[in-house]
Amino acid sequence: MLHYLLRRLGSLLATLLVASLIVFLVIEVVPGDPASYMLGMNAQPDTVAALRSELGLDKSGPARYLEWITGLVQGDFGQSYTYRTPVADMVADRLWISLPLALYALFLSTALAFPAGIWAASHRGGPADTTVMVLTQLGIAVPNFWFALLLVMLFAVNLGWFSAGGFAGWEGGLLAGLKSLTLPAISLALPQAAILTRVMRSSLLDVLGEDFMRTARAKGLSERQALLRHALRNAMIPVLTIMGLQFSFLIAGAIIIENVFFLPGLGRLIFQSIAQRDLIVVESVVMLLVFAVVMVTFLIDLAYAWVDPRLRQKRR
Amino acid sequence: MKARSLLPGALLVLLVVAAALLSYLWTPFDVTTLNIRNKFASPDATHWLGTDHLGRDILSMLMVGARTSIAVALVAVGIGMGIGVPLGLLAAARAHSWLDELIMRGNDLVFAFPALLIAILITAVFGPGAINAIIAIGIFNIPVFARLTRGAAMSLWSREFVLAARVAGKGPLRISLEHLLPNITNLLVVQGTIQFSLGILAEAGLSYVGLGAQPPIPSWGRMLAESQTLISLAPHLALFPGLAIVITVLGLNLLGDGLRDWLDPRLRRER
Repeated sequence: MLHYLLRRLGSLLATLLVASLIVFLVIEVVPGDPASYMLGMNAQPDTVAALRSELGLDKSGPARYLEWITGLVQGDFGQSYTYRTPVADMVADRLWISLPLALYALFLSTALAFPAGIWAASHRGGPADTTVMVLTQLGIAVPNFWFALLLVMLFAVNLGWFSAGGFAGWEGGLLAGLKSLTLPAISLALPQAAILTRVMRSSLLDVLGEDFMRTARAKGLSERQALLRHALRNAMIPVLTIMGLQFSFLIAGAIIIENVFFLPGLGRLIFQSIAQRDLIVVESVVMLLVFAVVMVTFLIDLAYAWVDPRLRQKRR
Repeated sequence: MKARSLLPGALLVLLVVAAALLSYLWTPFDVTTLNIRNKFASPDATHWLGTDHLGRDILSMLMVGARTSIAVALVAVGIGMGIGVPLGLLAAARAHSWLDELIMRGNDLVFAFPALLIAILITAVFGPGAINAIIAIGIFNIPVFARLTRGAAMSLWSREFVLAARVAGKGPLRISLEHLLPNITNLLVVQGTIQFSLGILAEAGLSYVGLGAQPPIPSWGRMLAESQTLISLAPHLALFPGLAIVITVLGLNLLGDGLRDWLDPRLRRER
């Protein structure tokens, strides 16, 4: 197990290192100098030069990369060009919206998909199964930002139950904060729930045909007991895989959904920073999101190895 | 078990493709001329789906928008296949070598960037536009096809007909092209359909946040973005572009399911 852990850790670090290099290089070739952008068209050349040296832009590429990456490791993301505040503080502020939103959506999609998938699998071929399959087919085809617009139309414009956008803040209490995240989380969760339901169903159906399930029934367990005690645990590996993959989609989806609901999260921060040429913020936020995706994949891999010792031997 | 989703899927896709092709020859109204006096018209006999805030005919805009969606998604799938399939074949031919390892780790690397992040990075560098949206979605498709091809090709390398070809003196390149590729075409077609539908969704998302095709080229995503501020004034503006996306994606997914059942009964998921 230790050997496996070390090997996976090594490849994790290598991935992060190469990813950081790519992000840095891509941002490096962005046309337009942040210093002259900030100072406007009429800036004197020596003012621009002074600002460049203040921002550290006059150093060589490798030196700046080294500075950026050592800072990142220590939790220092540098100073925002536009706001002159530490990027880490800006990110931390935004994270209080983006992270709860992603977790809320993950919770909703799991809470919806697990029962629906189990229900469909245990009524396989029947009208319940068909209904679930048709609904999930639709759920996959609906773009989440359009679903978000429909939710706004119904619950904000017509019924007035929720506000059409913006974030109430956590100061007003947990409920007020959660309320402003509810419509975004639902729209983010829907397509994920549809996919997860299908995976849950087909994974359960695979397991239900196994010999140990016949044994479980033969020793007198009811269909329900056999399903919950034996089938569900064995069906979890593909479900976990998809949940891990979905995290990446959840992050990407959140960037768009935050724009639909005008939520001041990480997604909006990226777009604003691009518009303002605040490249150090773009770099750091993108890297943070990549880090999150890679970490989740890593943890899921570890969870497999823990569940199924055969996977520790060889990855393929 | 018949491939029962093949027909409805094919019909929906055909409908959208036909609308896109027809738009080159004819649209009910010209999408480039504005008619402000007739803005926000509700659906009626003249404007079947109503008009937008500039008085443009929604149906005509949807037809022209279909071109953008289809073109972006199709080329992105082409990029993914064109680069991913050769990489996958190469990795399988040199299985467990450093080259294989390099290709697979490269795949993991691309997977670490969600498609939208790639798009954002590309946009930050080159500016928004349809071409950059294609590149972003295309890059994301490469590892999907590389993995699929490698997995399928690896299992074929140990089969008798490949062994026979090796005995006959064929090299890895010829075996890959003449024996492996034809055997995984079905798999690629099915995956291609799925990636096509994901591409439509991705393009809509990108143009919704302003990173896709730029005005005046109509695109479904931007039509939705423009409708958002007018949602209480003219709800139909937000309804139809979304429905167009759903119809296209649903059609492609059904077509993919149907093709899988029809082309290869062994891959059937319906149990």
